[in-house]
Amino acid sequence: MPATNVSTAQRDQSHARVFDLAALSLRELNQALHQLTPGSNETAWEVLNPKGSHSVAVGVDQPVAIDVRGSVGYYCGGMNAGGAITVHGSAGPGVGENMMSGSIVIKGDASQYAGATGRGGLLVIEGNASSRCGISMKGIDIVVHGNIGHMSAFMAQSGNLVVLGDAGDALGDSIYEARLFVRGKVESLGADCIAKEMRPEHLEFLQGLLDRAGVTGVKASEFKRYGSARKLYNFNIDNADAY
Amino acid sequence: MTYRNPPTTPRKSATFDDYTLSEIRRAAATGIYDIRGAGAKRKLPHFDDLLFLGASISRYPLEGYRERCDTSVVLGTRHAKKPIELKIPITIAGMSFGSLSGPAKEALGRGATLSGTSTTTGDGGMTEEERGHSKQLVYQYLPSRYGMNPRDLRRADAIEVVVGQGAKPGGGGMLLGQKISDRVAEMRTLPKGIDQRSASRHPDWTGPDDLEIKILELREITDWEKPIYVKVGGARPYYDTALAVKAGADVVVVDGMQGGTAATQEVFIENVGQPTLACIRPAVQALQDLGMHRKVQLIVSGGIRNGADVAKALALGVDAVSIGTAALVALGDNDPRWEAEYNALGSTAGAYDDWHEGRDPAGITTQDPELMKRVDPIAAGRRLANYLKVMTLEAQTIARACGKNSLHNLEPEDLVALTIEAAAMAGVPLAGTNWIPGKNGF
Repeated sequence: MPATNVSTAQRDQSHARVFDLAALSLRELNQALHQLTPGSNETAWEVLNPKGSHSVAVGVDQPVAIDVRGSVGYYCGGMNAGGAITVHGSAGPGVGENMMSGSIVIKGDASQYAGATGRGGLLVIEGNASSRCGISMKGIDIVVHGNIGHMSAFMAQSGNLVVLGDAGDALGDSIYEARLFVRGKVESLGADCIAKEMRPEHLEFLQGLLDRAGVTGVKASEFKRYGSARKLYNFNIDNADAY
Repeated sequence: MTYRNPPTTPRKSATFDDYTLSEIRRAAATGIYDIRGAGAKRKLPHFDDLLFLGASISRYPLEGYRERCDTSVVLGTRHAKKPIELKIPITIAGMSFGSLSGPAKEALGRGATLSGTSTTTGDGGMTEEERGHSKQLVYQYLPSRYGMNPRDLRRADAIEVVVGQGAKPGGGGMLLGQKISDRVAEMRTLPKGIDQRSASRHPDWTGPDDLEIKILELREITDWEKPIYVKVGGARPYYDTALAVKAGADVVVVDGMQGGTAATQEVFIENVGQPTLACIRPAVQALQDLGMHRKVQLIVSGGIRNGADVAKALALGVDAVSIGTAALVALGDNDPRWEAEYNALGSTAGAYDDWHEGRDPAGITTQDPELMKRVDPIAAGRRLANYLKVMTLEAQTIARACGKNSLHNLEPEDLVALTIEAAAMAGVPLAGTNWIPGKNGF
């Protein structure tokens, strides 16, 4: 799946189709997005007055750019497959839930479980994210400029979570093969999550991911890497205290 | 000649019976609880404890085999643009690819389609075998979200948000490493050979209010076309049904504790949840109290075996039932022809439940390529279809005898209970009396 560089995404808003949620319904917005066909000329969309609406631009499956002017409620960009969604505000719980590909950029903060179960694509949160960021992630890349809350990357299976700030308690509890990179302080690590060596390939990969996320002035070498100790991969009664 | 006092006959404890003793020894030797598949095996109040009152003078029967008795049902009439129309009120419950073999999933699809009913995916995501051979396929949206993607959501005919399962309300799952083939590992985005933990709760919502918003999201993604089911384990059926309705469910699925599982702790299976019989009336009552009975459809599962069970569940107010374990038996699970192999595994046909170990001689609950070959999807699908037809005919026979021209016209008044327990749970009179224990509350 091709990586998305959100900093260079093509965004020609001069011909954007404007969708004002003060005048039209959420259903009409999502239906219009779902009716897009491959090769459609309507590649730029602007959503006005979201006012915390839930499920804005969910199930997008075409490579279109969507700028949401304001804050959104739950599940913005849920199951996004190819869309380049930018929220010029903050996002409620579950932003980018189960995203498949494409990108989502949150200019403000994000609530709980951002990028939950995400399978691909890039989620960038320019502010802070709350608890359970990247919970059960399955291939998504998540970059948080600020801090993340407790139980983030719980049962994370694959993908990469990058945090420029601090991480809360129980980071990466019961983690599988996801990779976590934290620049600041980690309050505590969850069961089976350990700090790991930053080898050259990790530095190279992380620098590339930071670039794709539009992060400047930050070096990959400033981060620590965390991942699975793989001690809980097969049940052993001697590890019962960890459960 | 010495006189010997007569010995007392050795007596085994009812509390420490042979099974319990063996389990203590096994736990002491291995240091791990027993994990197994299938549902509760202990004796529970069940549909066998209810009887139908056939018609005589006060009720007028229909002519068996001659007069029509409708079996069709429509699910998802509340919000969905495309409700599910089934020819029979018996659906195939969700069982995962990974737990079941590909040929077994295909056979379920074939059998269900031949019978005019739906089948359901499971924890492993949607397989081509199943989608390709199921005319109507319900896609489960599970806490693990293995294989979840919008493409399959849109290819489904309905979506079932699984909150709980009858065999383990509140519990997650564990697919042991030995069952993880390359294909299963890929579908679940996990390395091959490791134990795969299925979460006990959805990662991105934390309560009924979140569920309501989650359902909205799923409806928006699928353009409000698909019925949304909400499945709960039968533990607090009144409140869980009411909250599922409040959250916007088109269909509520209540799975009693006889419902099966792929792999769960024996102690969990046998000690958590309520019998299916005890779940029905509270769930129906919740719908009635909300004015939503028959508007939000109710599916009940857990130990449904024959047409009488189907008819009894419908008489108590459900719209359809689901079968899982019975469907596997119809495909060939626990068949006595594999007895020698079951014996070699320390079990016997009819009791084999170590489905998680991946060595199922019947080739159904395994990913072993050689064992899988034992399932002929076409023949096994035919067997399932035969079984579903028999169940339907049985239910129709009973309904006609009760004077009903539709299975859905059966009602609690057609039933009596053989035991006080069943009378109380089902809310029907004890046979020979007009006494319904606990009628004024649950």
